[in-house]
Amino acid sequence: MNETVLRRINRPRLSSKGDGVFRRVVVGLSMVIALTFVLSIVLLGVQSWPAIRQFGLGFLSTNVWNPPKNEFGALSLMIGTLLTSLLALIISVPLAIASALFVAEYAPKWLANPVGYLVELLAAVPSVVYGLWALFALKPLFQQFQTWLFLSNPGLAAQCTDLFNAGKTSLPCFFMPQVLVGQGFLLAVTILAIMILPFTASVARDVIRLVPADQREAMYALGATKWEVISLAILPYARAGILGGVILALGRALGETLAVAMVIGNTPELLKNIWAPTATMASMIANEFGDAREGLHRASVVGLGLTLFFVSVVVNLVARTLIVRMTPKGL
Amino acid sequence: MAVSQMKPPQPASLGRAGLSGSRKTKNAVMGYLIGLGTIVVVAPLILIFGFLLIKGVGALDANFFLHTPAPEGEKGGGLANAITGSLLILSMAAALGILVGVAGGVFLAEYPRHRLMPITRMLSDVLSGIPAIVMGLVVYALVVRPMGHFSALAGGIALGLLMVPIVVRTTEEVLKLVPLSVREAGLALGLPQWKVILSIVLPAAGSGIITGVLLALSRVAGEAAPLLFTAFGSNLVNFNPLNPTSALPLEIFKGATSAYDENQRLAQAGALLLITLIFITSMLARFANRPRR
Repeated sequence: MNETVLRRINRPRLSSKGDGVFRRVVVGLSMVIALTFVLSIVLLGVQSWPAIRQFGLGFLSTNVWNPPKNEFGALSLMIGTLLTSLLALIISVPLAIASALFVAEYAPKWLANPVGYLVELLAAVPSVVYGLWALFALKPLFQQFQTWLFLSNPGLAAQCTDLFNAGKTSLPCFFMPQVLVGQGFLLAVTILAIMILPFTASVARDVIRLVPADQREAMYALGATKWEVISLAILPYARAGILGGVILALGRALGETLAVAMVIGNTPELLKNIWAPTATMASMIANEFGDAREGLHRASVVGLGLTLFFVSVVVNLVARTLIVRMTPKGL
Repeated sequence: MAVSQMKPPQPASLGRAGLSGSRKTKNAVMGYLIGLGTIVVVAPLILIFGFLLIKGVGALDANFFLHTPAPEGEKGGGLANAITGSLLILSMAAALGILVGVAGGVFLAEYPRHRLMPITRMLSDVLSGIPAIVMGLVVYALVVRPMGHFSALAGGIALGLLMVPIVVRTTEEVLKLVPLSVREAGLALGLPQWKVILSIVLPAAGSGIITGVLLALSRVAGEAAPLLFTAFGSNLVNFNPLNPTSALPLEIFKGATSAYDENQRLAQAGALLLITLIFITSMLARFANRPRR
C-alpha cells in the first residue's frame, strides 16, 4: 500500500526516463540522414577509386571515352551537362517568371489557383513520361523541321556535310543538322527546359507574393503603369529569391537523367551542331553502368556519379542560402 | 484671391498628365507577353496528358492489368508485373520514408537546441538535391553488391531515401505551425514531453504530414533512374522483396526505347496509368492540406 503511494509520488521521474528514450529514438532515426550523406561519399569514392587513382583530376579535363582501350575522361560529358542545363535555363527562366507574374499579379483568383495548380502538376510528371512524350510527339516534329532546313538550303547543307565528315564545323553549320533523326542535343534541351519550368516558377511565385503591398501601392501612387510596378518595384525586390529558384532548377537540370538519356543520343562527343547527338554525365551513367563490368569502366561511370554528387551539393547550398537570405523573417 | 489668380493649367500639360503613348503600349505589350508565357508554360502539361489519353487509353484493358509482358515481338500482354512491383517497392519506400522522415522532422522542430540539429537540417536539404540516379549508384553499392543480386528491397531503400528529405521538410514546417501554447498546455497537465509530441503535437499536424508523405510518394513513384541498378526489373509478378522486380516507370523506360510497337503501346498505356495515379495522389495531398474552417 505504502509502496504504491510512493511510486505515484515518484511518477515525474518516470516521465523523464521516457523522454530520454524517445529523444534517443528520434535522434537515432534522424542520424540516418547524416549517415546517408556520409555513406554516399564513401561508397561512391570507394567504387570510383580505381578511376581516381588512374586518371586523377585529368578525368575531368580530358575528352576521351573509350571502353575497349580503357581510356576515360569526362570533359565532353561535363560540357554536355553544362550546355544542356544552361541553355534549358535560358529558355525556361523568362517563361517561368512570366507565369509567376501572371499568377501573382495579373490573374483573378478563379484563374490564378488553377494555373498555379497546373504548374505544380508539371513538376509531378515523371521524367520517363517526359522522355516518352519527347520521343513519340516532339521527335517527329523536330525531324520534319530538320528535313525542311536541310532541303531548303541545299548549298549550305552540302558544304556542312563535307565539314562534318572532316570533323569540323562552322558558325552557319552549327545550326545545320548532319543526320535527320530528330533526336539529339536540341531535343534534350527542349524537354529539359519544360521539365525545370515549375521549379523556377513556383519559387518565383512565392517570393513575388512576399513583396510587401506597400511597395506596389507606393509605385502605383506615383502614377506608374502595371508593367512599371512589376519591373521597378516587384522584380528588383524579389530578385535574390528568384535567383535562388533558378539555381534550384539548375540543380534539377544537372542531375536530370532518363528524359535526357532517352532523347540525347548518348554519344560522348563534343557538339558539332545543335542537332547532333551528345551525352550528359547522368545520361551516361544510366546508359553504361549496367554494361560496365570491367573495373576501370565501372569506376569511371561511378566517378561521374561522384562528380554529379559534389556539383549538386554545391548548387543546392548556394540556392538555399539565397532563398533563406531573401525570405523576410516572420512571413 | 491669390488662388483664383493662378493661371489654369495649359491644355498641353493636361495632355501630359495622362499616360504617354509609349508607356501605355509597353504596359500592354508586356501584359500580353506575360499571358503568352503562361500559356506556353501550361501547354506542355495539357499536350502530354492529351497525347497519353489518345495513345494510351485504348491499351488500358483487362489484359493490361492481368498479364505480364508478352515475349518480344508478340502481341498481347500487360504490365501486371510492373503494377504489383511498383506497389511492393513503394510500400517499402513509404515505410522507410515515413519512419525516418517524420522522425527527422520531429527532431528539427522539437529539439532546436540539440547540437546535431543544424547539421542535420543542412544535410537533409542537401540530400533533397542529390540526383536520383546517384542515389541508385549509392544503394547499388550499399545493398545490391553485398547481397549479390538486384532486389525490390534495394529499390525500396533507394526510393525511401529519396523520400526522406521531402517528408522531413514538410513535417518540420507543419510542426512549427502548431502553436507553442498547445505544447505548454500539455506539459502543464504533467505530460512528459514524448507524450506531448506523440499524442498532441503530431496529431495536430497530421494532415500536413500526410500531405508531405503523399507528395513525396508521388515524386518517387515516377522515378525510374534509381531503380535501374537496384530493382532492375523482371517479367514476372513478384512479391518477394529479395528478388528483382519491375516497376511502372522502369517498364515505361524500356518500352519507350524499344523498337517493338507492342512494347511502345504498353509504355504509353503505362505512362497514362502512372501519370493519372500521380495526379490523383497530388490532388489528395492538396485536399489533405486544405485549411479547415
